[in-house]
Amino acid sequence: MPTTRATTKDRSAVRTLLRLWPYVRPVRARLLTAAAVAVLASCVGLVIPLVLKWMVDGPVADRDPAGVWLGALYLLLLGVGEAVLFGLRRWLVARPLSSVEAGMRADLYRHLQRLPVAFHDRWASGQLLSRGTTDLMLLRMFLAFPLTFLLVNFVTILIGVVIMVLQDWTLGLVILGPAVPVMVMCVIFEKRYAHVARLAQDQVGDLTTVVEESVLGIRIIKGFGRHRSQARAFRELARTLRGTELRKAGLLATIWAVIVTLPEAAIGAALVVGSVQVADGSLTAGTLVAFLSTALALRWPVESIGFLLAMSQEAATATERYFEVMDEAPEDPAVGADAERAGERGLRFHGVRFRYPDAPPDSPPVLDHVDLHIRPGESMALVGATGSGKTTLTALVPRLYEVTSGRITLDGADIAAMSREELRAQVAMAFEEPTLFSASVGENVLMGAGDSAGAAELNRALAVAQADFAHALPQGTDTQVGEQGLSLSGGQRQRLALARAVVGRPRFLVLDDPLSALDVHTEAAVEAALRDVLADTTALIVAHRPSTVLLADRVALLSGGRITAVGTHHELLRTNAEYAHLMSGTEEAEDER
Amino acid sequence: MTAPTTSVPTADDEPDLPRPKDAGDPFDRDVLPTPPGATRALLRSLLAPMKARVAFTSFLLLLQQAAVQAGPLLVAYAIDSAVPAFRRDDHGPLIAVGAGYLLCALVSGGLQYAFVIASTRVNQDVLLDLRGRIFRHAQALSIDFHERYTSGRLISRSTTDVESLRELLNEGLQELVTVVLSFVYISAMLLWLDLGLGAVAVASFVPLYLLVRVYRRRAVRVYRVRSTAIAAVIVKFVETMNGIRPVRAFRREAANDAEFRVLNRRHERVNGDALLEMARYVVGSRLVANTAVAVIVLWGAYRVAGGSLELGVLAAAVLYLRRLYDPIDRLGMFLNSYQSAAASLEKIAGLLAQTPSVPAPSEPRELPPLKSEHPGREVVFDGVRFGYRTGGEVLPRFDLTLPAGQTVAVVGSTGAGKSTLAKLLARFYDPSDGRVLLDGVDLRDLAVPELRRGVVMVTQEAFLFSGTVAENIAIGRPDATREEIERAAKAIGAHEFISSLPDGYDTDVRKRGGRISAGQRQLVAFARALLADPAVLILDEATSSLDIPGERAVQRAMLTVLRGRTAVVIAHRLSTVEIADRVLVMEHGRIVEDGTPADLIAGTGRFADLHRAWRDSLA
Repeated sequence: MPTTRATTKDRSAVRTLLRLWPYVRPVRARLLTAAAVAVLASCVGLVIPLVLKWMVDGPVADRDPAGVWLGALYLLLLGVGEAVLFGLRRWLVARPLSSVEAGMRADLYRHLQRLPVAFHDRWASGQLLSRGTTDLMLLRMFLAFPLTFLLVNFVTILIGVVIMVLQDWTLGLVILGPAVPVMVMCVIFEKRYAHVARLAQDQVGDLTTVVEESVLGIRIIKGFGRHRSQARAFRELARTLRGTELRKAGLLATIWAVIVTLPEAAIGAALVVGSVQVADGSLTAGTLVAFLSTALALRWPVESIGFLLAMSQEAATATERYFEVMDEAPEDPAVGADAERAGERGLRFHGVRFRYPDAPPDSPPVLDHVDLHIRPGESMALVGATGSGKTTLTALVPRLYEVTSGRITLDGADIAAMSREELRAQVAMAFEEPTLFSASVGENVLMGAGDSAGAAELNRALAVAQADFAHALPQGTDTQVGEQGLSLSGGQRQRLALARAVVGRPRFLVLDDPLSALDVHTEAAVEAALRDVLADTTALIVAHRPSTVLLADRVALLSGGRITAVGTHHELLRTNAEYAHLMSGTEEAEDER
Repeated sequence: MTAPTTSVPTADDEPDLPRPKDAGDPFDRDVLPTPPGATRALLRSLLAPMKARVAFTSFLLLLQQAAVQAGPLLVAYAIDSAVPAFRRDDHGPLIAVGAGYLLCALVSGGLQYAFVIASTRVNQDVLLDLRGRIFRHAQALSIDFHERYTSGRLISRSTTDVESLRELLNEGLQELVTVVLSFVYISAMLLWLDLGLGAVAVASFVPLYLLVRVYRRRAVRVYRVRSTAIAAVIVKFVETMNGIRPVRAFRREAANDAEFRVLNRRHERVNGDALLEMARYVVGSRLVANTAVAVIVLWGAYRVAGGSLELGVLAAAVLYLRRLYDPIDRLGMFLNSYQSAAASLEKIAGLLAQTPSVPAPSEPRELPPLKSEHPGREVVFDGVRFGYRTGGEVLPRFDLTLPAGQTVAVVGSTGAGKSTLAKLLARFYDPSDGRVLLDGVDLRDLAVPELRRGVVMVTQEAFLFSGTVAENIAIGRPDATREEIERAAKAIGAHEFISSLPDGYDTDVRKRGGRISAGQRQLVAFARALLADPAVLILDEATSSLDIPGERAVQRAMLTVLRGRTAVVIAHRLSTVEIADRVLVMEHGRIVEDGTPADLIAGTGRFADLHRAWRDSLA
C-alpha cells in the first residue's frame, strides 16, 4: 500500500506544536484575549460557590431576607457575566481560527504547486489531500479548545486549589493527593498515544488513496468485474484503521478512568475528613459546602485533561504531517543570473545525463550523455523504443526535472541559469496525457498564451489543432470542461491540449506524442496545419509513427540513453537498422512469415 | 510512476457534439436529489444492527452517571445525618459515606473505561459499514454516473463527509447520552429532594428547548453550505495535484493560487459563520441556566430561612443544579456535530440513492456451454439503439452479428460511435432499445463474474493501481499464479521491461524506480486482459501509445491469443486491420461498410481511401 510516512522519531509534542506559531502569530492578540476571557469566566464559576457559602453561613442562618435577595442578585449578576464571557471567548476566536486554517491550507496548496514534479511522483494525492483537509481541521480544533483550555483548566485548577487551601488547608492537601500520580500517568499516556495517533492518520491517508484510485481506475475495475476484490482490499484497510482506532480508544479509556477515579476518591476522603471537622466544630457547614462545591466545580477541568491531551497529541501529529510536506524544498527559486548567450542558437542538449532524483544512486541513468542540437526554426522528431526515456527527455526542457549533469541551452543560454518562469514562457508543451482544467474551453487553451491573447489567437490555435468542434459545444468556447464540466473524448482533449501548446506562438515547442488519439484523417489535417506553425518554431516532437515523424525536418533516435543517430526520416530508414525497425517493424514481421 | 490519469473518465470517442447538458442537470450541484427522509433513514439503517450494543453502551453510561451523581446525595447525607451521628460518637454513618464515595469513584472510573471501549467499538463498526457502503455503491454505479459525478466529489464523500459522521459518533453521541441522562437523572433527584425546587428546574427546560430549536434551524443551513464549500476546495486541490505537469509547464501556479484563494475564502467564511452560531447559542443557554440557578437558590434560601427546607437539602440541590446545566454547552457541541454530520449524510444518502443504470440481473442466467473447444462466443446486436438519458442519439437502430471466433476491426472517424459500440458490448452502458446477446443470452441477464468471463475490454487509458506490477496484471485474474502472470507478460512482450525494473514483477509502481511509461502501461493492461482469458475481447485504442515494433509484437501475440476468441478491435491506425477477419467502417453511428479487409481494400469505399492514406503515411 502506498504509504508515505516519515519515521516516527521520538519527538516532543510541544516542540512540534510550536511550529504553528507563524500561522497563529497574526491572531495572537485575539487568541490571548480569548484565553484571558476564558480564565475570567472560569474564575466567575469558582466565585459562585463562595457566594453560596456566604449565603448559607450569613443571611440563611440569620434568617435575613434582604441578605438572601442580595445574594441571589449577586448570583444572577455573576451568572450573566459568565454567560457573556463564554460567548465573548467564542466570538473572539471564531473568525481568526477559520482564517488560520484557511491560511495554512492556502500555504500548503501554494507550496505543493511549487514542489518538484519528482515529489509528486512519490506522493499519492490522497495523502496530500488528507493533510489539506482532516489534518488542518484537527489543528483548528486544537487551537479552539485544547490550546485554550489546557491553559484555562490549569489556571482554574490552580485558583480552585488555592481557594480550597485557604478555606481549609488540611482538606486542600487531601484533595491535592492524586495530583502526582495523575500527572505521571498523563506523561506515559501522551507518549503512547502519539504513536498510535500517527498510525491512524497515515492509515486514513492510505484509505483515501484507495478510494481515489478506485474512482480513477473505475473502467478497469468494471472491465474486469473486479469491484468485489477492490471492495475487499478497501475493507481490509478500513478494518486495519478500525483496529488502530480501537487501540487509541483503549489508551484514552485508561487515562480517562484514572483521571475520573483518583480525584473522585480524593473528594470522598475530603468529605469524610471535613465531616469530622464539622462534627468537631472546627469547620462550619457552609465552608464544607463551599469547599465541596469548589472541588466539584473542578471536576470538569480535571476530567477534560484526558481528551484535551489526546486532542493535542493528534494535533501534534497533524502538524508533523503538515510540515513533512512543507519542509520539502521547492524548486530552487529563479537564479536569474545573466546567462551568457554563447554558442549556437536553437535548442541544444550538451552531454545530458539524467537519473530520477529518488532512484538508487547506483542504478543506471535513464539518459546517459545525450547530445542533440535542434537548429532555430527546425523541428526534430524524437524516436525511440517504448520506455527508452523520450518523455523523460522532453520533461527536462521546461525543467520539470533537473538534469543530473550536462546542460541544456536555449539559443545558447543555459536553462539552469534562467528563471523557470522565463523558461516556461519560452517553451510550450503538449503532454501525452492531455489534461484539461475546470475552466472554459477558451480559458484552457489560452493558458498557453500571454494575458493579451484574445479571441483571434484562440480561433487560430483551435484551427491549427483541428479543434473547431469547440465552437459547436453548447456554450461554444465558453463551455466548462474538466472535473466539473463537460466530459470530452480523448481525441478532443488531445486536440485542445495541442491548441494550448501552439496558441502563444512559442519560440520552442515540445510535443510528447501529440496525435496518438487521433484518427488518420484528423491526424493528417492537424499535421498539415502544424507544418505552418512549425515552420518558424524550434520544436522537439516525440513520435511513434512515420506520419508524425514526417512533420519534422530531422529525426533523432534515442537508444540506450543516448542519441545514436540524427538525420532525415529517409536517411535513417536506409542507414539505421534500429530506426527502420522502429518505424516499420518489418524486420520481425518478416521473420514471422 | 507517471502522473495518474488526471482526466475524468470520459465518453471516449463520442460524437464531436457531446451530450446536451441542460441547465437543470442535478449533477451540477453538490447534493444529488435525495428522497425525503433519506438522511434519517440512512442513519437509522446504520444504527439499527447496533441497537443492542447501543443500548448496552447507554446502559454503561447510565450506571456511570448513577455512580457520579451519587456524590451530592452522599454530601447531603453526610451533613444532615452523618455529622450529627458522629457527634453522638456513632462513626458508622460517616464510615459508610467514605466507603460509599470511594466505591462510587472506583465504579465510575471502571464504567468510564468500559464505556469508552464499548462506544468506540460501536462507532468504528458503524463507520466501517458506512465506508464500505459508499465504496461498494460507488463501484456498483455505472460508468455514465462516474462520467458525470467527478472524482473529487466522490473522494470528498468518502473522506470529509465520513469524517464528520465520525466526529458525531465519537464525541456527539456520548455527549447526547450524557446530556439526556444527566438531565433526567438530576431532574429526578431534584424533584425527589424537593418538589418545588425540582419543578423550577424542570420549568427552565422550556426556554432551553426553544433555544435549541432555533439554533438547530440556523445550524442546518450553515453546515449545508459549509460542506459544499469544502467539497469545492477538495475538487480544486485534487485536480491541481493530479495535473501537476501541465500546471508547471503552463505556469498556472499563480492563477491557481488565486482561484484556490477564492474557494478557500468561501469555506473560511462559512466556517466562521458556523462557529459564530455556536457562540450565540452558548450565550443564550448559559443565561437561561444561570438565571434558573439564581432563582432556585433565592427561593430555597428563603425556605431554609423560613424553616421549611433543610440546609443539607439546599446544599445538595445547589450542587446538583450546577451539574444540571453543565452539559448544555455539550448539547450545543452535539448539535454542532449532528448538523455537520447531517449535511454530510445528506450528500452520502444522495449518492447511495443513485441506482446503477446498468443494474445487476434479478435472476441471473448462465452462458451456455461452449460449442467447440475454442473459447469464442457469438455476439449479436439485436435492434440496438443508444442515446443518452439526457437526450441525443448516438447509435440509431442497428443489427449486427459477430460469429464466434471472429476478429473484427472497427474503424471510422472520431465520433462515429465505435467506442459506444464497444461499451455496449462490454455492458458499460445498456442499450436504450434492443438487446446485446452473447451466445443468445442477453448481457443484462448475466451476473458480473459470468459477464466478465464472457467479455473483457482494454482501453487506452492504462491506469495503474498502487501495488506491484504483478498485482496490476493479476487484476485480470486474481487467483493467477506468478507463472501465469509472467506467461501473459511474455506473450505480449512486456516481460523484458518488467524484468529490468528494480524489483522485476515485484516493483511497486509508486515507489523508487517504478516509473512506467505510457506505452509500458498499455502493455501491462494487455497482459491483464490476456490473463483474464475472456470469450470476447474488446480492444479500444489499446495500442495508441506503443511504438510500431511494440504494436507489431502485440499483434503477433494477438494472432495466437485471439485464435478462436471473438474480438472487437477499435483503432485509428489501420495496422490493426491486418489481423482482422472482418472490417466494419462506421460513420455517424451507422455501419457503412462491412467486409473482409481484402475486399474492402480492393473496393472504392471509404476504407479503401483510409487504407491508402495510411499506407502513404508509412512511406
